[in-house]
Amino acid sequence: MSMLEISNLTATAGEKDILKGITLNVNAGEVHAIMGPNGSGKSTLAQVLAGHPSYEVTGGTVLFEGEDLLELEPEERAHKGVFLAFQYPIEIPGVSNAYFLRSAYNAMRVARGGEEVDPMEFLDVMEEKLRIVEMNEDMLARSVNMGFSGGEKKRNEILQMAVLEPKLAILDETDSGLDIDALRVVAEGVNKLRRDDNATIVVTHYQRLLNYIVPDFVHVLAGGRIIRSGGKELALELEEKGYDWLLQEAHA
Amino acid sequence: MSTEIEALVGREYQYGFVTDIEADTIPPGLSEDVVRLISAKKEEPEWLLEWRLKAYRRWLTMTEPTWPNVQYPAIDYQAVRYYSAPVTANPLGSLDEVDPKLLDTYKKLGIPLNEQKMLAGVAVDAVFDSVSVGTTYKAELAKHGIVFCSFSEAVHEHPELIRKYLGSVVPYSDNFFAALNSAVFSDGSFCYIPKGVKCPMELSTYFRINAADTGQFERTLIVAEEGASVSYLEGCTAPKRSTNQLHAAVVELIALDNATIKYSTVQNWYAGDENGVGGIYNFVTKRGKAMTNAKISWTQVETGSAITWKYPSVILQGDNSVGEFYSVAVVNNMQQADTGTKMIHVGKNTKSNIVSKGISAGRGQNSYRGMVKVLPKASGARNYTQCDSMLIGNACGAHTFPYIEINNNTATLEHEASTTKIGEDQIFYLKQRGMSAENAVSMIVAGFCKEVFKELPMEFALEAQQLLGITLEGSVG
Repeated sequence: MSMLEISNLTATAGEKDILKGITLNVNAGEVHAIMGPNGSGKSTLAQVLAGHPSYEVTGGTVLFEGEDLLELEPEERAHKGVFLAFQYPIEIPGVSNAYFLRSAYNAMRVARGGEEVDPMEFLDVMEEKLRIVEMNEDMLARSVNMGFSGGEKKRNEILQMAVLEPKLAILDETDSGLDIDALRVVAEGVNKLRRDDNATIVVTHYQRLLNYIVPDFVHVLAGGRIIRSGGKELALELEEKGYDWLLQEAHA
Repeated sequence: MSTEIEALVGREYQYGFVTDIEADTIPPGLSEDVVRLISAKKEEPEWLLEWRLKAYRRWLTMTEPTWPNVQYPAIDYQAVRYYSAPVTANPLGSLDEVDPKLLDTYKKLGIPLNEQKMLAGVAVDAVFDSVSVGTTYKAELAKHGIVFCSFSEAVHEHPELIRKYLGSVVPYSDNFFAALNSAVFSDGSFCYIPKGVKCPMELSTYFRINAADTGQFERTLIVAEEGASVSYLEGCTAPKRSTNQLHAAVVELIALDNATIKYSTVQNWYAGDENGVGGIYNFVTKRGKAMTNAKISWTQVETGSAITWKYPSVILQGDNSVGEFYSVAVVNNMQQADTGTKMIHVGKNTKSNIVSKGISAGRGQNSYRGMVKVLPKASGARNYTQCDSMLIGNACGAHTFPYIEINNNTATLEHEASTTKIGEDQIFYLKQRGMSAENAVSMIVAGFCKEVFKELPMEFALEAQQLLGITLEGSVG
């Protein structure tokens, strides 16, 4: 049994069909890259897996560790170990990053039958996690994502991932808007969190991120379907030739 | 999303019980005789009766204000009872003789009055309908020369102070509801902090309306002499009833030179049901006068009442005096609030700061109404106003009515305003991080109110937390 089994998944946003039959298996220890042109449904797939209420699943199944993921509320999916690093991290005025992170950490612990940690204990947890994304402690005192630069927001997403230690991490265009240094920090953070018992889905438009986070599999999504799957070399081919040749092949 | 938010903001009112206690209640109706009767029951001196009668006669000539952005059927002032007191209450405030039923009532409200279980560091005056039933820590406070007692007791024990300050900030002729209160007020709290004394504990009054069809008309007077300082808290609840009840209070604060008064309110009167049946009409006049270098700070968390009409204000009389107003007002279901402040800059280099956070849910209507007035001699006056509204759902409303009147060109005023809606994306983000929808909304609202909550004393921050269903941990400074 794979960790994640997506079968013939279809989904709509309002009246519009976005996902038109996605089938994908992800095993523990694997990194899958989902690539594709703008508007192909990459981000929708990420959001649907996390349970965003703007999308309606119209068909197919998604099993996570054998359990029907689509039946679960977003927070229940999170408790099971599904994490989405947002393309556009949300700002929450007046709520400190430290409080937000600790609330999330404690919510997960309690949902999994553990006990909450107090602020002092949590600081110890944070010390190590901050190093993973090369972030300073003063980031913790600021309001969640308020006034953060693009790079800081994305680093903050990876920090949350480091704190919550998901089984399945879905990175939605984590590379967008990052300069090369920030990209390196973010990618290294993700690599440090890779283990045999977790899996990562990297959604990206560009091959660039995959120089740092090397995928086991690359899937090309276009028009709401996976039109090609391959190894990491497929990403390099796309970098060289663009998406058009694949789209034409798919239409042929 | 909306059902989850409704579940959060629409929680059952926890304080809606009625205490079954024998009461001395006068028949409904208002006349000079009723005013005389109230005064006689309180064995008041002649001068106070005269003051009440002047207020009553003035009230007869006045009309109810219609400018607030609230709607309610006309109030029949002859249908209201103006006095109701538990027969076993002890007007002199000794806790030993208080009816156990009353102690029990306050215990249920989370305000233990018996000596062993009193809130540490908080002295409480408990007002039940028209009378004070007891005041804690009086002896301890007396050691510092601080007077903290019921208004009725102060009339007898400290008549010179009452006579000097009563009506000195809010004259009986001030407005319709202040005049009504001046005529029929029954009890309330009196605090007096002598020169140079920093009050060693929080002083607080807990107001409870119990009797049906009865209005509560309390009066609070706080005097901080030169260099004194005090922090005062006020809480209020009432039973659930299907009829509206009138609450028309007056609060006067006097901060003499270099004195500081911090006044905090958590208002949780019964708000009526989801269809707007029942609830308290909360028509309150609160005003402070700050002399040279003095500071008056109002903090309010208004969550209850069917209708709130309330503008805690500061007259910045002395040079360099400071006025502050921090407010969170929440309306849900059919609640209506028209609340804000007036900052009247009279002295030179006076400063005022206004932070208002309005939260509207259900079909609630929330209005901020504020006035900043700079008089001709107030050179160097400064005001900063921040006025933020948050909408939860699609059927509520937020309104802002700022008035500015400047008569001195050296004044500096800033006004910032914003309106936000709790977004589906914000809630989804927090849910994706494992939080329930309820905790997500709580966190977003707590963040929105943070600047106000951090002004609340710790004891009240906890009550505010329970009230809004908010985890304040980490957001209270």
